[in-house]
Parts: sequence; C-alpha cells; structure tokens
Amino acid sequence: MPIQERRILYRHIDVEGWNPSIDCYVKNGGYEVLKSAVSRPRAELCEEVLKSGIKGRGGAGFPMGMKWKFLDRKSGKPIYLICNADESEPGTCVDREIIYKDPHQLIEGVMCAAYAIDAKQAFIYIRGEYINGYRILINAINEARERGFVGKNICGSQYSCEINVTRGAGCYICGEETGLISSLAGMRAYPRIKPPYFPAVMGLYDCPTVVNNVKSLCWVPIIFKEGGEAVSKIGNPKDPGTYVWGVSGQVQKPGRYEIESGSATLGELLYDLCGGPLAGRSFKAVIPGGSSMKILKWGETFKVPMPDGSAREWRVEDIPLDGPSLMACGSALGSGGVIVMDNTVDMAEAMANLNAFYAHESCGQGTPCREG
Amino acid sequence: MSDLVNINIDGKPCAVPAGLNVIEAAKLAGVEIPHFCYHPNLQVAGSCRLCLVSIGTPARDRATGEPVLNPDGTQKIAFMPMLAISCGTKVSEGMHVVTNSPQVKAAREGVLEFLLLNHPLDCPICDKAGECKLQEYSENFGRGRSRYVEEKNAKPKKVPVAGGRIMLDAERCVLCSRCIRFCREIIGRDIFGFIRRGSKNEISVYGDDGGDSNYIMNVVDGCPVGALTEAAFRFKMRPWFMRVVNCVAPESSAGVNTNVWVRENTIYRITPRANPFVNDSWTSDSSRYEYKIVNSDLRLRRMRVDGAPCEPGYALSRAVDVLKSDPRIAVVASARQPLEEQFLLAEFASMAGAKVYAVSHLGEDDGFLVSADRTPNMRGLFVSGLIKEYPKPDLSDLAAEIRMGNIKTVLCLCEDATSLGLEEKDFKLANFVYCGVNDSLTARLAKVALAISSNFEHAGLFINRQFRLQKFDKAVCAPKGVLDFSAIAVKFINAFGASLAENPDIGQLRMRISEMCPILPKGCETGEGGVVIDSSAFASIKFPETKSLHFLDNE
Repeated sequence: MPIQERRILYRHIDVEGWNPSIDCYVKNGGYEVLKSAVSRPRAELCEEVLKSGIKGRGGAGFPMGMKWKFLDRKSGKPIYLICNADESEPGTCVDREIIYKDPHQLIEGVMCAAYAIDAKQAFIYIRGEYINGYRILINAINEARERGFVGKNICGSQYSCEINVTRGAGCYICGEETGLISSLAGMRAYPRIKPPYFPAVMGLYDCPTVVNNVKSLCWVPIIFKEGGEAVSKIGNPKDPGTYVWGVSGQVQKPGRYEIESGSATLGELLYDLCGGPLAGRSFKAVIPGGSSMKILKWGETFKVPMPDGSAREWRVEDIPLDGPSLMACGSALGSGGVIVMDNTVDMAEAMANLNAFYAHESCGQGTPCREG
Repeated sequence: MSDLVNINIDGKPCAVPAGLNVIEAAKLAGVEIPHFCYHPNLQVAGSCRLCLVSIGTPARDRATGEPVLNPDGTQKIAFMPMLAISCGTKVSEGMHVVTNSPQVKAAREGVLEFLLLNHPLDCPICDKAGECKLQEYSENFGRGRSRYVEEKNAKPKKVPVAGGRIMLDAERCVLCSRCIRFCREIIGRDIFGFIRRGSKNEISVYGDDGGDSNYIMNVVDGCPVGALTEAAFRFKMRPWFMRVVNCVAPESSAGVNTNVWVRENTIYRITPRANPFVNDSWTSDSSRYEYKIVNSDLRLRRMRVDGAPCEPGYALSRAVDVLKSDPRIAVVASARQPLEEQFLLAEFASMAGAKVYAVSHLGEDDGFLVSADRTPNMRGLFVSGLIKEYPKPDLSDLAAEIRMGNIKTVLCLCEDATSLGLEEKDFKLANFVYCGVNDSLTARLAKVALAISSNFEHAGLFINRQFRLQKFDKAVCAPKGVLDFSAIAVKFINAFGASLAENPDIGQLRMRISEMCPILPKGCETGEGGVVIDSSAFASIKFPETKSLHFLDNE
C-alpha cells in the first residue's frame, strides 16, 4: 500500500478555500483550544505536553515537555517564550508554509504555550528574509488582539500576554537558541556558553526563557485538545507525532509532505510521495534533515541494533523516517529538510557549495568553525 | 576554606577546591592547559577552543545509580566521547582529566594551525614577541608548519584606538574577546566589538574608543597576542631584555600590585601584577606612568644649603645643625613614604620632641582602583604612631603655630608647604629642612634641601586602604647624590642621642619596627598577596575611601 500523508500541522495548508485571515481560522474551529485552555490549571497543561512526548521540531529533538519543566520558576524573574521562526538551515522550508498560509495556527500555539508556562511576554523571532511572513504575522496578531486572543485578558481570563515579532538580519546562527536570544536582546548573535546560560535559567535578559520551534508550538494546541496520551500514540512511540518533510532537489515532485513519524521509510517518501528520480536518472545521495546533517550515500547499508538485541541491515531507502532510526544510521532528523541529489550532481561541487555557505555564515566566535 | 574535591589530572591524583574550573585546577596540579579566551577575572567565553581536554567522570549504572567497576575492581571512568573546554567545565568529585592524550594533542595542533592561517606571522617586527601566547603555544603545542597555501585575509593594521594610546593590529588578533569582555564587565561599557563574520571577523571600535577611560590600557595586558599594543611602549624594548620588579603603585591607597619592567637602571613600563585580594589583574592607566618621576625635570637632584648646591655630607651636617638649633620643632610627615621611613620619622619626632603634622591628598574616588586618598600609605602614618586623626588637606595649623612663634624649626618631608598654606615669609620665621623627591618652592626657600630617593628607588612597605601590608622592591638605583630617607633619618636620630647603625639594612629595619609595633607580623613578612593587619585600633578614624573593588566588599 502506498504510504499516506497525515496532515495535522498542515491540515489547512493548500486546502481549497482556505485563507490566512482570522475569520477563516475561527470559522474552522480556531482559537477554541485557547479559550478552553485559559481556564485549565497550568500544571495540568504542562503535564499533558510532557505526556505527549513530543520532541522539539527545531533539529536537536529535545522533548518539549522536559524543556518546559526545566524552567526556573523559583527565581521570581519573568518568564519569556520565544518562537524560533528563524528557519535558516539550507533545504528547510517547512515553517514558512505555516507562517505564510496559516499564521493563526502559530499564534494560537504561541498563546497556549505562553499561558501554560505563564510567560510574561512572547516573541516570534522570524528570519529576516521572510519579510512577507513578518507582515502576515503582524497583521494576524493585530487581528487576534482585536478579538481578545492576544494582549490583555486573553479570552476574558486574568492572563495577559503580548506577542512581539522580531526580524532577524539574515544570519544562520540566529537559529541557534542562545544566539537567537543574544540577537533578540540587541547584541551580536553569538551563542552563549552553557553553563551558565541555559535558556531555561538564564535566557533572554538573563531571565528564564523557553525557545521553541514553530512546528513545536503548533503542536501545543493539538496536545491540549487531544490530550497528551492520544498524541503520544501517533507514529513511532519513541518519537511521536508527525513530521513535515520538505523535500527538495532532484525528484519528480519536490514539496512538503507530512507523515507520521516512523510510518514510512526514506525510500517510500522519495519514491511514493515524491515520484522517484527524474526521468533517466538515479539517486546518488540524500541529506535527510537540513544541510548540517550527515549525508547518506545511496547504496550504503547500515547495521542497526534492534531493541530485541538482534541487528538489522538497512539500505538508505529502508531507514524509517523518525529521529531514533536516523540517529542509528549516523545522521539525524534535523529540521526535516530533505535534499536529494542524483547522479548528475558533482558531489565535490555540492560540498564546496555547502562549505561556502558555512564559511560565510560562521559567526566567528569559535576558532575551529571560524578558521576551519 | 572551600571544600576540596578529589580529581585526577593526567593520572596524578590531587585535591582541589570545589567550584574551580579545570584550567585553574590543572594549574594547581602543575599542569599547564593552554588557553586564549579564558581570563581568571572575566566571564568565560569558551570560544578559542584551545583548552580542549578529555574529561571523564565516575561511571554509574543508569538504572541503579551504583558505581560501575572495571574488571580489576577499580572505579570505571566514563570519558566523554568529545573533548570539553576546560575553562567552562567545573571540577567534580572523582573527575579524570587527560591533557596529554593524542586526541588532545591533535585538537591543540588543529586550533593553533587554524589560528595561524590568517595570522601575518610578523613576529620579528611584532612588539609582543617574547611575551606572546600564540608564539609560546605554537612553539609548545603546535605542529610546526602550516599546510595553508591560499591567500590570507587582510585586516586593518596600526589602527590607533583609545585616543591613540593603543595600537590595534587586527591581523594578529585571535578573537579571544578578552578586550571586549574587559570593557563590558570592568569598565562597564562596550568599547571594543566584533565586526564582520566568519574568517573575516575582526575586532574594532566604533565611536567611543575608550580614550577617556582610565582603565583601557588593561586590554593591552589582557591581549594574549600582539593585536593591542601600548603606543608609548611600542618598539622601546624587547620583553626578554627586561627584568621584572614587584612593586606597589604609589598612586593611591588602593595599593595596586604592579610589575615594573627595568633594563639597565631604566624603567620602560609598568603593568599590573595579579593579586586576587587587591586589584585582580588590573591597574589604572594613570598608575602606569608614575615612573616618569624618576627622570623628571621636576626632580630634586642635588642637595642645597641656603639655595646653593652642595655635597650630601655637608648638607646633612648643616641639616643636623638646623634641627638642633631650636627645641621648638615640628615635622611634616608624608603618607607617600614607606612604613619603615615613617617609623624612623616617628622615632626622630619623639626624640626631638617634635610636633607632627601631615597632609591628606584627596581626589575623586573612582570606585575601582583609584581611591579618594591619593597617597599610598596614609594608614602607615597611623600605624607608626605619627598621627592620631585623619589630617587636613593643608598645613594651616602649622602656619598658625609658626606665625605665633611656637615653631622655630621644621623638618618637612616631601610636601610642598608653600602650596599648602605656608607663605614665603613663614620661611623667615622658622628654619626649614626639606627632604623631598621633587624640587619645589619649598625646597628653594628651605635652609637645607635634601634630595631623597623616590619609591621606585628603594624597597619598602605600604599599608593600603584595606589595612593590607604590602611590600615593594627596589626597581632602579637613585641618581648619584640622592640618598634614601632612611639613611638620612638614622643620622638625625643619632644626632639626638641614639646610636642606630648607619645605612640600615631593610630587613633589620623591618624586624625592628615589627618588634616596636605588635600588630605588624614578625619581620613585616607579607607573603605573596600581602597581609591584612589588625586595624581595630583605628576603627574610629573616618577614612575617605568609598566602596570599590575588594574594599568594603563584605562589610
């Protein structure tokens, strides 16, 4: 059976008649989760997120519930929520769709998360190049504020929180959370050293801060609505939820495909959903999750230990699309930007291209990256 | 004392204070870990990656928390797969640190090779050569040759910053960010900053270049390479030709520890000497040029009697005659003299029955290392018993006494009495013996003027604002014909009936004053960082200094 997409985050995207206005979103049940969430106890909401087991969608794959749990709530300092929309990994173009076509989904996610962690202020740090995305978000936030979903006394509750949208200035390193925090605070976007600068303890303005990716935050209303347990059953239980794969490069149908984690293999994604290689060509290599992940050579095989102790041999096309499986093959899921290269690509040139990117985008703080 | 933790560095077990980072712990264990960006008094940046070491902690079973043992029964050490920066890693019980493995060696070689890629390698014409960490580490830890054949990045050279006091040579920079952090954390504002990205990243200033700061020169000492050099010292002398003398800055009562760099009886520069209890690693810019007094035109170089230059022996005997001429005698003590000389002066004052006057020199307290009291040893005047109350900023009391005829003879030390309330006519009412480093109107009006050595020309003790006794060494010899005041004072005391040894040895003097004054340690031994003496007897005195670095910290 050919694999199926399961659109959860992308449920509205490219749907006939859908537009990014608040009317359209509310008409389709939008902001209902936020309305019910603000009357629920915060600890319960955080518990749901923890139960869901959803991992951060930014690339590192750290469980979101744990991230929230680490927040230093005893210091008495205000808590900040930052949405990392600085989608700058080459080959990644997934958050962009949400921001451009369904901004209210993100805003609802941000507000739900902000309420759950009791954030004083939320920020959306958007990539500088997404100038239209910035305008769309500003417009959407204004719409949401008029209806009481953002700003003072959200949905009639005691809780108030503003969203501030900040544009980056076109710098790769701003996607790194501590670099982003420095940039947001008005400093040069240098990542900060941990310890002591764990964002959960000393983040923005040295206050406890949660930095979550766009997709992670879009999961929050879904978790609140369906319950953590229901979400944890979607896909591979070790890495639940769906992943949106932004496939680019030399395939028949490049695009964004949302599938349950682990429900399909890399081969199925590339052949069944993307239509395989271009006519008369064959695959040569694939980068599974944005350009900083390890490249998988087509034809390579990996010996992967199974939970029961046995080992299985996977070809590249057999690797299930979830975090743990890709890790076992020495690569990683990263940001979900799949870059496909076929037999016409000169790998040395492709690598030189990527190297040039990293040389240009190196922030210059650490010696090996700066000079290397 | 803080708790100790047991760690193992390169197979050698040692106990170090908890909370130290691995670099400092290794230093205690006698193992050098090379580093650029780490500075003990600045925040950790963790950017140079030269201090990478292999770190392991005792392995524990994840499920039970029980220690995992090796087959031979010893504790198994779980080493991290990747090297860790030792500046950003704190020691913990049972930690193992390996600094000499092939992996660490390769990492160091890699970082040093990287750092030299865009470095101009202009050591022969670089002022830092000889005290450059990049040079030192490349020699000790580098691979010896570069594989880089491409063109190097060009960056600005010889850019005057800090009002021209510092030369910035961005090509030599290793981008450790110490200067940036110093300005941000210690001066309190951003002066240096990074511009550009990646391998074109460079240090620069924009607008405010720190020219008005009295601490900006510390970035020169902090700079591990030749990127920031002191304009006044550039190309004056190679560091390996100079001898370093431990001194204490006489600028103010802060008692900043300094290194005085000397070659062939000439001082070339003054740099701070780290003392974690006094000045950390810093000093003020103003204290760096105080050595100029040694060869200054203002210097009193010859003894004078009645305004005419003469030989020291004759001047001394005339001075004794003057001091013995009338029992209505006063001394003007100086808070700029070392403690030994103050004790001798106190002894003289008591034997001669002299009234003691002193002057305070006050300025603005900058809340850091230039304190309100601009004399290095005001506390010494109290400890030596010369004065009991904090002195006035002038000598009006003395002037009044002279005019009433109660004082007929004055031994004035260093102070220019004419600028402190005395007038020319007062010098006709009383006979003055002036002992000073600087020439002044007082020296010209005095019956006898004796040239004495400056604080760079003798060893001594100062008591700083914390009542910390600190010793300093003699940096250079005094010019011919200039005497130490201690030698002069002994002559004066003997003239009043005592029989002290002439030209006293500094050790004997210190032993003697520590016997006279029980709050001083035996022989005035101060150790490395100085010792705080018991100041309870002086608790009621109102000193002008305000809260600043390591002063009134925990009060």
